[in-house]
Amino acid sequence: MERIPILRMGRFLLVTIQVDMHDQLALTLQDDLTERIVADRAKGVLIDISSLDVVDSFIGRMISNIAGMSRVLDAQTVVVGMRPAVAITLVELGLDLAGVRTALNVEKGMALLQGSTVA
Amino acid sequence: MKATAGNPLVEVLRRHEAGILADWLKEQARSGTRGDAAQDNEMRTTSREFLAAINDGLAGDDVDGTGPRWARAMEILSALSASRATQGYSPSETATFVFSLKQPVFARLRSEIADAATLAEAFWTATRLIDRLGLFTTEAYQRTREEVIARQQRELLELSTPVVELWKDILALPLIGTLDSSRTQVVMESLLEKIVASGASIAIIDITGVPTVDTLVAQHLMKTVAAARLMGADCIISGIRPQIAQTIVHLGVDLSQVTTKASLADAFLVALARSGSRIEAGQAEAA
Amino acid sequence: MAAIMDLRVERKAQLDLRGGEDVVRLRQAVREHAVAVGFSLVDQTKIVTAASELGRNTIQYGGGGKVEITIVTDGARRGVRLEFTDEGPGIADLKLAMQDGFTTGGGLGLGLSGAKRLSDAFDIESSPGKGTRVVIVRWKAR
Repeated sequence: MERIPILRMGRFLLVTIQVDMHDQLALTLQDDLTERIVADRAKGVLIDISSLDVVDSFIGRMISNIAGMSRVLDAQTVVVGMRPAVAITLVELGLDLAGVRTALNVEKGMALLQGSTVA
Repeated sequence: MKATAGNPLVEVLRRHEAGILADWLKEQARSGTRGDAAQDNEMRTTSREFLAAINDGLAGDDVDGTGPRWARAMEILSALSASRATQGYSPSETATFVFSLKQPVFARLRSEIADAATLAEAFWTATRLIDRLGLFTTEAYQRTREEVIARQQRELLELSTPVVELWKDILALPLIGTLDSSRTQVVMESLLEKIVASGASIAIIDITGVPTVDTLVAQHLMKTVAAARLMGADCIISGIRPQIAQTIVHLGVDLSQVTTKASLADAFLVALARSGSRIEAGQAEAA
Repeated sequence: MAAIMDLRVERKAQLDLRGGEDVVRLRQAVREHAVAVGFSLVDQTKIVTAASELGRNTIQYGGGGKVEITIVTDGARRGVRLEFTDEGPGIADLKLAMQDGFTTGGGLGLGLSGAKRLSDAFDIESSPGKGTRVVIVRWKAR
C-alpha cells in the first residue's frame, strides 16, 4: 500500500507531503504517525508542506487532527513551508488552522520544536 | 477655404482616386517603409481607406481638414500613429505616410489642370491639407508615446517592491504613495514571496508614506498579515498616522491580532527583541 | 442564475466524481483550464481549492456525481466555470449550509461558504430528494 514516509531526526519525526493526497492516504498517515510518536517516544512532529500547491479543508482538517493527536501524546506539531498562494487562499477560505504552529522552513521549524530561537 | 462647386482639387481627387492610390503605394514603398507581407497588406488597406476618407471630407464644405466630415480621416490617422508609436516607429516614418501623398496628388493635378492660375490654387490647397494631416499624425504619435511611458512607469512601480532586509530575519516594506486595490494586492503577494525567499520571519510594513487607506486596502493589509502568520512569519505595521488610525477604526477593521507601532524605528526595536537581539548603548572609543 | 447561464462557452471538459482519486484528477483538470485562461498563480490556487472543496462534497455527501469544466466569456472577460451535479440526498436547509465556517464546528461542514468566497460568482440549487447543483465562476483579473 502506498504510504507517506516518516523520517526520524533525534526525538522528532519529519513528514514531507509531496503528493496530491487522497482520503485513504491521509487516514493512513494519521494512523502511522500516531504509532510512531508512541514507538519512538517522539517529542515533536514536523510536517513539511512546501511541495503542496493546494491545501483544502480536508488537508487542513488532517493537519489539525495530527496536531491534536500529537498534543495528547505530549508531542508538538509544527507545519513548515506553506506557499504564499496557499496561505492567501486559506485566509480567503476562512481556514485558520488554530492550534497549529507554523514556521517558514524546516530549519526554523526544528528550532521551534527544540525550544530555542534562531538569532 | 470653402469649396465651390467644381473645385478642381476635389474633382481630381475624386475622379482619380484609384490611380492616386496606386501611385501613392508605390511612393510609400520607395520611401522605404519597413514591413513584411502582412504589414504591406495592412498598409494597402489603410491607405485605401484613408484616401476614401479624404474624399469624404472634401465632399463637405471644408477643404482645410477641419469639420465633422473629417472625423473618419482623423480616426484612421490616430489609430495608425498610435499603433506605430507602440511598435517603435519614429515620428518621421509615421508622418511620411501622409506626406508621401503629395507627389502623386501633384502629378495628377499637373496632368489634369491646364490653367496655370487654377493649378497654383489647387497645389496650394492640397499642400495645406496634407501638411495639416501630416502634423496631426505627429501630435497623435506624441500622445501615444506619452501614454506608453506612463504605463511603463506604473508597471515598474508595481513590479519593483522595495522590500528591504533591515537585519537578519527582519524585512521592511516601506509603502509610498496612494495605494489602490490592485497595486496593494501585487505588493502584498510580492512581500510574501520575499519572506519565503529570505527566510525572514518578521516583516515590518511601514505606511508612513501612505496618505489614505480605504476599506479594500485595509482588508488586503489584514489578509496579508494573516497569510504571513499562516506561513510562519509575523508582521508589524508601522507609521499609522492619526488620520489613518481614525479611518481604520471607522471601517471596523480588527487590528487586535496585529502589532502596530507609530514609527518604523519602534517597530524595528520590537522586531529585534522578537528575534532575540537588542540594541545597547556602547562606550565611546577612547581616543 | 440567469447571469451565469448567459455565457459563451469556449472549451468543455467533463469528469466523473466517484472516489478519492477523482478529486486529484479534478484538481489537475481545473488547474489546466485556469492556466489556459491565464490566471495568476494565486487565482489558480483559489479556483483549484474551491473545486477541491466542492468535488469532495459531491463525492462524500452527494454519493458521487460529475463536474463540467468550461472556459467561458461574457464578451469582456474570460473565465473558468465549474458545475458540480449529484443525485444525492440534497440539502434541506441551504441557509444553514451556507452559514458554515470551518472553525465553528457546527453546520454541515460543507465548506460552501468558503468556496463562495473563493469565487467571483456562486450559485446553488438543492433540495431533499432532488440532488444538488453548484456552479462557480472565476474571471481572469483585468
